[in-house]
Amino acid sequence: MKGLPPVLITAVVLVAGFALCAVQFPNIASTRVVGNLLTDNAFLGIVATGMTFVIISGGIDLSVGSVIGFTTVFVALAIERWGMPPLVAFVAILALSAAFGAAMGAVIHVFDLPPFIVTLAGMFLARGASFLLSTQSVPITAPVYSTVSDFALRLPGGGRLTAVAIIMLTIVIGGALLLKLTRFGANVYALGGSRATASLMGVAVGRMTVKIYMLSSLLAGIAGIVFSFYTSAGYSLSAVGVELDTIAAVVIGGTLLTGGQGSVIGTFFGVLIQGMIQTYINFDGTLSSWWTKIATGVLLFAFIVLQQGLVALARRPVVKRAGAVS
Amino acid sequence: MENSPDPAASLLEVRGISKSFGAVRALQEVDFTLRAGEIHALLGENGAGKSTLIKVITGVFPRDAGIVRISGEEVAPRSAKAALQTGIATVYQEVNLLPNLSVAQNLFLDRQPMRFGIVREGEMRRRAKTLLADFGLDIDVSAPLGNYSVAVQHVTAIARAVDLSARVLILDEPTASLDRHEVEILFGIMRQLAKRGIGIVFVSHFLDQVYEISDRITVLRNGRLVGERETASLSRLELIRMMLGRELAETTSARASAGAQKTREVCASFENYGKAGYVAPFNLELRHGEVVGLAGLLGSGRTETARLVFGAERADCGQARVEGTPVRLQSPRDGVRHGFGYCAEERKTDGIVAELTVRENIVLALQAKRGLHRPLSRREQDEIAGRYVKMLDIRPPDPERPVGLLSGGNQQKVLLARWLATTPRLLVLDEPTRGIDVGAHAEIIRLIRELCDDGLALLVISSELDEIVTYSDRVVVLRDRAHVEELAGEDIDVGSILAAIAADGASIAHEGRA
Repeated sequence: MKGLPPVLITAVVLVAGFALCAVQFPNIASTRVVGNLLTDNAFLGIVATGMTFVIISGGIDLSVGSVIGFTTVFVALAIERWGMPPLVAFVAILALSAAFGAAMGAVIHVFDLPPFIVTLAGMFLARGASFLLSTQSVPITAPVYSTVSDFALRLPGGGRLTAVAIIMLTIVIGGALLLKLTRFGANVYALGGSRATASLMGVAVGRMTVKIYMLSSLLAGIAGIVFSFYTSAGYSLSAVGVELDTIAAVVIGGTLLTGGQGSVIGTFFGVLIQGMIQTYINFDGTLSSWWTKIATGVLLFAFIVLQQGLVALARRPVVKRAGAVS
Repeated sequence: MENSPDPAASLLEVRGISKSFGAVRALQEVDFTLRAGEIHALLGENGAGKSTLIKVITGVFPRDAGIVRISGEEVAPRSAKAALQTGIATVYQEVNLLPNLSVAQNLFLDRQPMRFGIVREGEMRRRAKTLLADFGLDIDVSAPLGNYSVAVQHVTAIARAVDLSARVLILDEPTASLDRHEVEILFGIMRQLAKRGIGIVFVSHFLDQVYEISDRITVLRNGRLVGERETASLSRLELIRMMLGRELAETTSARASAGAQKTREVCASFENYGKAGYVAPFNLELRHGEVVGLAGLLGSGRTETARLVFGAERADCGQARVEGTPVRLQSPRDGVRHGFGYCAEERKTDGIVAELTVRENIVLALQAKRGLHRPLSRREQDEIAGRYVKMLDIRPPDPERPVGLLSGGNQQKVLLARWLATTPRLLVLDEPTRGIDVGAHAEIIRLIRELCDDGLALLVISSELDEIVTYSDRVVVLRDRAHVEELAGEDIDVGSILAAIAADGASIAHEGRA
C-alpha cells in the first residue's frame, strides 16, 4: 500500500529531467513555462486522476478519450446551437458522462466481463456518438469561455496559473485525498488486491465497480470541458488516443498495471514528465513532436520493467521479521 | 452418534444436509454438531465431503436439503458475507486476505474507524495493535500484510474473524504451511478462543495434530457421516478404520489369487530414492506382471512417491534403475522415454483434454513420444483408437466423440488407453477409481489385473483399502511422507494395512513447509 519507492523513482526522473532541460535551456526553469505546462496538460491530469482509481482497482478504462471528444462536441452544440446556458450544458454533460461510466461499471460487474472489452465498446460508442452529433469542428463563442480563458493567477516571475490549471490541481489533490484517506479509497486498493477476497471480506464489489467507472467517466467529462476551454471549440476527433497517454502517465507514475498499488501523486508526476518532454521538444525546435511519443514509450518500457523487477523482489521468500510471532 | 448432545450447549447444528453436483452426490444426509467452547476436528479422505460441508454451511454452495442452526436459530446464509453476519467465519488454507493492504486495513476493511468521512488511520492502527496483542503478535500494522509469513497472515485472519464477533470459527487446513513452532502458537490461540466460548471446527489431515488439539472428532467418508467420537476415547486404529475401512468381513475374502509366488523379473528399481522435504528415501522394486499398491492417508506421500518414480519430480538422492541399467529421471519426458506411464489423480485438470475426441486423446501420448515430425497417419490413429475402445470396452464405442461427454469411468479408461498405446513397461495409476460409479469400479480393477497378467508392471495408489487388497501383489504403506511397511502375499489384508498406518511411531507430524 505504501507505493512510495516507485513514486520516488518517478519524482527523481521528473526532477532530474527538469534539471537537464534547464541546463540546456535555462528559460525552462521559469514560472511562465511551468504555468503553461500545467495549463497544456490540465485535461490529461484530470482524466489521469480518474484512470488511477480504475487501474489500482485492477481495471482499465479505454473510453476516456472518446468521452472527452464527445463532451467537447456536446458542450459546443448545446451552447452554440441549442442555446443552453453554459452552466446547464456542463451539468448535463457531467450527468451524462457519469451515467455512461456507471453503466460500463454495471456491465463489467453484472456480466463479469473484462473491463478491457467493455470500455473498448464504450470507446467506440462515445466516439461514434460524437460523430453523430457533428462531424465539423464547432467553435464556441460564449462569453464565459473568454472570461475563463483570461482568468489567471499571476505567479512571481511572470507566469500564469490559469483557471484550467487550478481546476486540475484541485482535482489531483482531491483525488489523492479520496484515495488515501477514505473508506472508498481503501476499497479501491482492496479490489485491486483480489476482487473475490475483497468480496469475502465484506466489500460491496458491485457498487464499488460502478462507482469507480463512474468517477473515471465523470472526470473524463470534466477533462472534456477543460479541453473545450483550452481549444474554444468542440470537435469529434479531439482527444483521439488520449486514453493511451493517460494509461502511460498512470504507469509511469508507479501504479501497478495489474492493480493493488499506486498513487494519484505519482500519476501527476507522470503527467508532468510527459509535459516536460513536450516542452523540451518545443524549445529545441528542430525535433519532430513525435519524439514525445518515442520518449514516452521508452520511459513506459523502463517503468514496466522496473515494476516487474520490484514485484519479483516482493515475491521472493519472505525473511521472517524477527519477533513477528512471539 | 454416541452421545446425544445437550441442545442448549450446541452452538452449530447441521441436520440432514445433502448436496449433489450433477449426478455426483457429494453429501448425503450429513449431521454435524459443534458445541460452544470445543475444538472439533472434521476428518475424512480426499473427496469425503469436508470442503463441501464447509461450503454448504457458509453458504458458498446452496444446499439441496437439510437445516443449519446457530444457537438453536435456523440460518440459511447465501454467501460467505452473510455467514459472517450469522457468526460463522472461515479461514482457509490460502489466507483470504489482501496482501497489498496494510495489516491494519486488512483487519478493519470496510469498517474502519471514521471521522467526517475520513478514516482515522492512527486510531485504526492503535486498535489493530491491541487486537493482535491479544494473539501474542507484536508487528508493524502499517506494513503490507504480504510482507509477513503465512503464520502471521493466518493469525491476522483469525483475529479479524474473532473481532467480527464470530462464534463459530472454521479453520480449513490451517497448519498445512506452518512449521512446528508456528503450529504451537496457532494451537495456543485456538485453546484460548475455545475458552472464551467460541466453537472451532478444525479440518486437518495431520492426525497427530488432531489428537493434540481436538476435543471431538467427526469423520466423513464418501459424502456420508461415519460417526462422531470423543477424541480421548477414540484409538488411532479405530479412527483410521473410520476414515478408510469398510466392513472388513466382505473384503478379506475378495482377495484375488495373486498368491502365486513366483519370482518375476525386476522392471524398475529405486534404491534409497527420495527428495528432502518431499518423500523420505525409500527402496522400491517394481516387477513385470506385478501390482504394487501404495496405501496411506491423504498427505502421507503416496502421490509424491508416484511423481518421483515417473520423473515428474526430481529426486535429490538415490539411484533409479530400469531393467537393471542405472537411469536419470529428471522430467516426465525421461519417464516416458524409459517406458513409464502416469495416470494422474486429477483427471479433469491433469489428464483428459475434454474438448478433444476419444481418438485424439488416446493417441496424444504416443504422438508426443514419437515426436512432431513423425505424425501418426489418420489410418493408424483410427486403428489404435478402435483397438483400445474395444479392448477396454469404452462406451459409447465412438472414437469421434468428445471425451468431455463420457462418464467418469470411461474417461478413466481413455486415459488408461492413452498410456497403453505407448506400450509402457511400467504404469503408475493414481486413484484410478476415484469419482466413478460402482460398476465401472469393478471393471477398472479387472483391467488392472489383466494388464498385469500381460507382463506390465503397475504401481497403484488408492484410498480404498479393500480395493488395494484385491489387486496388489505387494502393498507399500506410507505415513508422514515415508515408506513404513511393505506387505506381501498372505500378509496383505485391510487389518494389517490399517495397523501399519496407525502405528504410533515417535514420528513428527511434518517438518518444515509442505
